[in-house]
Amino acid sequence: MNSYDIVIIGGGPAGLAAAVSARDAGVERILILERDSELGGILNQCIHNGFGLHTFQEELTGPEYAARFIDQVEERKIPYLLNTMVLDVNHDRVITAMNKTDGLFQISAKAIILAMGCRERPRGALNIPGTRPAGIYSAGTAQRLVNMEGFLPGRKVVILGSGDIGLIMARRMTLEGAQVQVVAELMPYSGGLKRNIVQCLDDFGIPLKLSHTVVDIRGRERVEGITLAQVDENRRPIPGTEEDYACDTLLLSCGLIPENELSRAAGVDLSPVTSGAVVDESLETSVPGVFACGNVLHVHDLVDFVSQEAAAAGRSAAKYVQGQLETDETPIPVAAKGGVRYTVPARVHPHRMEEQQVVRFRVGAVYQNAYISVYFDDERVSRRKRQIMAPGEMEQVTLKREDLLSRPGLKSITVTIEEA
Amino acid sequence: MEKRQLTCIGCPMGCPITVTMEAGEVREVTGFTCKRGEAYARKEVTNPTRIVTTTVRVAGGLAPMVSVKTAQDIPKGKIFDCADALRAVTVKAPVSIGDVVLSNVAGTGVDVVATKAVAAAQ
Repeated sequence: MNSYDIVIIGGGPAGLAAAVSARDAGVERILILERDSELGGILNQCIHNGFGLHTFQEELTGPEYAARFIDQVEERKIPYLLNTMVLDVNHDRVITAMNKTDGLFQISAKAIILAMGCRERPRGALNIPGTRPAGIYSAGTAQRLVNMEGFLPGRKVVILGSGDIGLIMARRMTLEGAQVQVVAELMPYSGGLKRNIVQCLDDFGIPLKLSHTVVDIRGRERVEGITLAQVDENRRPIPGTEEDYACDTLLLSCGLIPENELSRAAGVDLSPVTSGAVVDESLETSVPGVFACGNVLHVHDLVDFVSQEAAAAGRSAAKYVQGQLETDETPIPVAAKGGVRYTVPARVHPHRMEEQQVVRFRVGAVYQNAYISVYFDDERVSRRKRQIMAPGEMEQVTLKREDLLSRPGLKSITVTIEEA
Repeated sequence: MEKRQLTCIGCPMGCPITVTMEAGEVREVTGFTCKRGEAYARKEVTNPTRIVTTTVRVAGGLAPMVSVKTAQDIPKGKIFDCADALRAVTVKAPVSIGDVVLSNVAGTGVDVVATKAVAAAQ
């Protein structure tokens, strides 16, 4: 069995940044396993611009952003296997994978970085009534068909869900000559960025119907039409508000779910809120030597933050391999309360923290002029006003290592939203 | 006097901004909360521009399509002309990032460049 210091599962933005930082921290034997035929992950199909403002101070397209990191991996001669599917990861950090040239094989790793990304919520998870014809795609599938494979999946389109991929695809399909009739969103607010609503919908006169959902799909072989209805505050369709749309295609942009089958198999504790691993300040999961970063940990809005988080995971995995991450310190839990849905990390070992620890989280509703407060036990230690917070935008607070070290006996850290 | 309604794209607030125009000149901007909103609104009503991203076909490459973008932003009114012009373009592999696939697209004076490398098929 081949053995490596660090094996990274996934060669998308998270895996690439983790590999680069682990190598720069002095780890020689690193391997990236990627199931697609090229590195770069989802960025390869995200041909729109707006990536990299934080990392490179310029607006890049997805493939350009990926290329910057692929170049860094190539410069460092970090090995990777393409077209390679990981089938299992076990508690002893043995990875079972397969590809066409090597067949089925096992690799052992001193440390593993989980960077498998996320997948889209499919129709089957949405409970939409109606027939099951061809022409129903997740927005990301349509994105891959149009941008990478050169097929237009339909001509008359309705989009359910106003996540960013759905908004981006509304513009993309329109540019390719399709007629996008409407974007329907179940919630009373959009989960997408304002910029995308303006530049992908308003620019092309595509209406966005908030508090609406699809209540019927018609068509036997191919989608022939759908019915939209308004929903009440409990998200139940309101009788009498139904409107029929003739269309040949329905795109779904209804949320992303971290892809954690392998993590579960390895015995990693998962959060019911994020569907990703529960991690500490080092992005180490409940299984020693197994780290997680990027969208497999929690779904991000900006790839720049994925790269930052993954670089931290790479540094931590390097320390683990080099024997510098051992601790007998009891971690301090970071609790999410009062509108904060979760925090990453969910616990911190103060002695293992970097000087500054970014804690990322999402809120559960839209808040205006509210405060992000941090409590050490019962004492409020910081309070920052935010003009607006929304579930679609990740928020963060920064903890300082010295603040935690100066309070021995600290039992808990709480991040909460307080309204004025 | 003409009134135009905009949604600011500066942050998730999405302030509804109203711009009052007269003879092509901005007379009044209301509804914004910060400087970014006002600047955005003034630009958007006088000279709205966008970067256009799309794909073109590749001949003899490992991938059938290559992603492209306008090297600078172009007038918003030229988006469809730009997309139409690119539909007729096929590039020959190999393609490198930054290669010009179409110059002076739709008379904008802006070039369209590749945003991904595509190797030639063996």
